[in-house]
Amino acid sequence: MFKLAKFANSALLVGATFLVAGSVCAQNSSTRFPGIGRDATTAEVAAWDIDVRPDFKGLPKGSGSVEKGQQLWEAKCSVCHGTFGESNEIFTPIIGGTTADDIKTGRVASLSDRKQPQRTTIMKVATVSSLWDYIYRAMPWNAPRSLTPDDTFALVAYLLSMAEVVPDDFVLSNTNIAEVQKRMPNRNGMTLKHGMWSAKGTPDVHATACMNNCVQFVQIGSELPDYARNAHGNIAEQNRQYGPFRGSDSTKPPLTKLPGTSGEGLAHASETHAISKGPSAMFKSENCSACHAMNAKLVGPSVADIAAKYQGQSGALDKLMAKVKNGGSGVWGQIPMPAQSQLSDEDRKTLVTWVLSGGK
Amino acid sequence: MADQKRRGQIKQAPENFISQDLIADLNQNGMDDARRGFMRSGFMAALGGTVGLGSSLNALAAGEGDPAILEKQVWQTTLGKNVATMPYGTPSIYEANLIRRESPGLTRVSAASVAFTPLQGLFGIITPNGLHFERQHQGWYNVDPEKHRLMVNGLVKHNRVFTMNDLMRLPSVSRIHFIECGANTGLEWGNVAVPTVQYTHGMLSCCEFTGVPLAVLLEECGADLKKGKYLLAEGGDGSGMTRTINLSDVLNEAIVAWGMNGEMLRPENGFPLRLVVPGVQGVSWVKWLRRLEVGDMPYATKDEAVHYNDLMPDGMARQYTSIQECKSVITTPSGGQQLLDKGFYNVSGLAWSGRGKIKRVDVSFDGGNNWKTARLETPVLSKALTRFNIDWVWDGSPAILQSRAIDDTGYVQPPIKMLRDARGTRSIYHNNAIQSWKVGTNGEVSNVQVG
Repeated sequence: MFKLAKFANSALLVGATFLVAGSVCAQNSSTRFPGIGRDATTAEVAAWDIDVRPDFKGLPKGSGSVEKGQQLWEAKCSVCHGTFGESNEIFTPIIGGTTADDIKTGRVASLSDRKQPQRTTIMKVATVSSLWDYIYRAMPWNAPRSLTPDDTFALVAYLLSMAEVVPDDFVLSNTNIAEVQKRMPNRNGMTLKHGMWSAKGTPDVHATACMNNCVQFVQIGSELPDYARNAHGNIAEQNRQYGPFRGSDSTKPPLTKLPGTSGEGLAHASETHAISKGPSAMFKSENCSACHAMNAKLVGPSVADIAAKYQGQSGALDKLMAKVKNGGSGVWGQIPMPAQSQLSDEDRKTLVTWVLSGGK
Repeated sequence: MADQKRRGQIKQAPENFISQDLIADLNQNGMDDARRGFMRSGFMAALGGTVGLGSSLNALAAGEGDPAILEKQVWQTTLGKNVATMPYGTPSIYEANLIRRESPGLTRVSAASVAFTPLQGLFGIITPNGLHFERQHQGWYNVDPEKHRLMVNGLVKHNRVFTMNDLMRLPSVSRIHFIECGANTGLEWGNVAVPTVQYTHGMLSCCEFTGVPLAVLLEECGADLKKGKYLLAEGGDGSGMTRTINLSDVLNEAIVAWGMNGEMLRPENGFPLRLVVPGVQGVSWVKWLRRLEVGDMPYATKDEAVHYNDLMPDGMARQYTSIQECKSVITTPSGGQQLLDKGFYNVSGLAWSGRGKIKRVDVSFDGGNNWKTARLETPVLSKALTRFNIDWVWDGSPAILQSRAIDDTGYVQPPIKMLRDARGTRSIYHNNAIQSWKVGTNGEVSNVQVG
């Protein structure tokens, strides 16, 4: 009986699967957990399994020239990374700090001689597959997965040409990328000799647990500089305003004496302020801050720049409210601002009014 | 009889003397001085003719005691709010200061940034879900759980797809583990840079995670664990976050998790599915987990090839550094805090190790010259935060507080100088040095480094 019922069940399942998935073979190969999960189709695996390993397993066929890469770069990438991948405005620079000698040795000298103020991507990356994989899976910043494999070959070619790893007339492809790997400036710059890959690994330092008279003379080597005292905002407002551990008021000089158990001179619980729900909070929660900052140009113009541009203009409110609702481009550059149709008219007005006031 | 007598004396509740408008206003906006004034005058008018109660309200002459006791407080004498006024409960308005915060200037884009957990205000070992630290690489989403899929492929007999309906039917486990970003305390390699423990150590949280053991899922798919020593975990977000996992190391502990402290994962922490890799840095706990690929070599993904590598003084970078070594920090009192007075304090902190359990924590009050062993609070769990406490009577003189954790491998948390001697100051990641907090004679606590 039992056997028969089981047989009938699985026959039904197979029948049902075929009805739903047509010719797709989505049978259940499970033994321990019948009814849970199904086999992936070839097309599904191909759609998601896009990773490219250092041995180039997973790299699709295709090619792209430095020239095409430059065009794509200027249209889609340079606004954040700079025309030459050198920009330090929004992300750390990609290109810079490597030499022809590094390409020969496979070790980037500026990583040890410290002559570069900042470590660029090309200084650090050992594997060209990492560049290809990441650009293809995650770039551009606001439109990931919009590049084709050929686009990606072209963009990697352009980046490598700026680092003089490949010549300006180079065409990078799945057939020559392994040769390019042999010229990566930091290809020999990685080590696996450390104890932090496995929980069973051997640590690199071995401290002891001395209990008494361990340090003859305790010396303070570093303290928070005075100018940084309030750099993270008022610490008093980042702690409870009751209980034994208050925050010090970092907007003022340190107290000259202990406040005493009543907390004399300190803020109290009744002065605790709830988080602002005004336009500045909305600016963040509605993701405006993903592309705009208060005073610095990011992907889009700063709040300060927008306020300055439209200062005193009649109709600016209506004009910008329409831009926020429907999106736009061309006023501040080629990168379009996406439509923000999720905002209510009221919220949109609040936000635009606030932006036009310079964020006041 | 006595009961009856008392019942006979019940007076009309004072809230009946307040207008309905004011009650609605109070429920909405809470209490401030203006509203408190309304309330008081309302009471006085209402109670004017009543003997007894009225006299006790007027009898608050100085010297008789604490007004907080002698004076009837509004919450003692009026009707409180209805149940489910907050259908999803939120902390007291007096807790509004303890929130996740960004470190100004640390990153330039908030969608690829960090928000730190306010460790200075937390108790025990569990991080409240709303205060769990955030590290986003390309922003966060509310992923539709009915459209979320987990694919398992690579060195497996069967490439498999699971829905949330599938996964949540599987046998699940619930385990408490810490998660720490590899870059936690990374700002402090060279010198003191930030004021409080929120910014020095706040990329640290600890939750009870619920999900299906990774081993169960991989076995179900027929994974070749002899050849497949590596696992690529991939997220479903725009960054498609990918990390190589040391499969043989974590097979018996990793969890494909949907639950976090009794509820579903929060969207900013990977709802509906994330990988939990106990002892390993947070970046490997891939959020919005959509794919697991069993492989025979590491993948050198962007966050293994450009970031999350530890640069050594000779210019070589240690790649695939993953384990969070034994570490501890005193959370109260800690940097930026202000002690009120001399006298007794319960000094409290957190200790953890990516290699196992905490065995012991020592605390020094004199900058590391002399040490005393602290009390470990239970539970003491493997690869979880452990809370420690120690008594301290502060005599008002300057002090430097430190904690030093030892795990069950015998590893002792090192001083910063020892780490710098081995790794220099530019490795960004995996700074597990002993933290020092100076207490000044004015009671202000500040971040310092000794030696």
